[in-house]
Amino acid sequence: MSLDPHGSARATTSTAHAEYHPSTREYLRVGLILFALTCLEVYLSYSSLGGWKLITLLLSCTVIKFLMVVGYFMHLKFDNGRFSRLFALGAVGAFTLYVVVLLIFGVWGH
Amino acid sequence: MADRTAHAAPAEHTSTGLPSTKLAMWLFLASECLLFGALITTYVLYRGASTTGPYPNEIFDIRYTSVSSFVLLASSLTMVLALTAADQRDFARMRLWLIATAMLGLTFVGGQVYEFTSFYHEGLTLKSNLFGTTFYVLTGFHGVHVTVGILMLLSLVGMSWAGRLPDDQAFPVEMVGLYWHFVDIVWIVIFTLVYLIPSPAPQ
Repeated sequence: MSLDPHGSARATTSTAHAEYHPSTREYLRVGLILFALTCLEVYLSYSSLGGWKLITLLLSCTVIKFLMVVGYFMHLKFDNGRFSRLFALGAVGAFTLYVVVLLIFGVWGH
Repeated sequence: MADRTAHAAPAEHTSTGLPSTKLAMWLFLASECLLFGALITTYVLYRGASTTGPYPNEIFDIRYTSVSSFVLLASSLTMVLALTAADQRDFARMRLWLIATAMLGLTFVGGQVYEFTSFYHEGLTLKSNLFGTTFYVLTGFHGVHVTVGILMLLSLVGMSWAGRLPDDQAFPVEMVGLYWHFVDIVWIVIFTLVYLIPSPAPQ
């Protein structure tokens, strides 16, 4: 990063860009895990499990799949942290906001 | 073995030190979280509130939708393979993976059209009940996003063929890829919340 004559911080974008991307083999491994997790989800939905146990397991699989796609396929795990924070602001913000809305409407109260 | 690549954005000076295009894309995706969050919340809120059928448990075909989910997941994989090929400056292979991604996307959208048509014939329309309204709006919006993604992918292929992409073709491929993967993660959430989690008994 360098200072321009006006004193503002400037940097060439290439230095801040992701320098590491997983190899094809790593991508395939992630793809296989995603496939396996989806199979597990479908299996669980047909299983005799019910109620909160089923919902917790399904949501756990979903969160893992979500994080794997965002981290590996979208490269947030390797990219500049500011992109992660920006996206987290939207994703976590939306999640919090709508959970509060659902609580207010008493969705889990019935 | 992991490889180290530096498919840098076109050199530009910005006050943040980050490529503006990429920053804008992540900002857009963050805002999309709010849009889909609102649609998913509305669905969850009203899916058990319908007073007339058809109800979710009566018409969902989990096996069929599972195949659609696998197709969309596979398209995310082909998308990153396109990016890897672009990183390696193997543009012919990049175009091939981009076309494969677009074809998988088309298969998904085709499957959704078929699903909507069969639901319609079973009596579920946009107006039939609250479940129908929230379901069609949510999955329809997602389908439109997939369709836009397909158009972006095919535009990339066309521009690459015509030589209208910059020398470093990896950057535009990465930007379209971000959008495509986002559409995939939205479906990951929709698949669980809408199709897999059993809906409450009708009132």
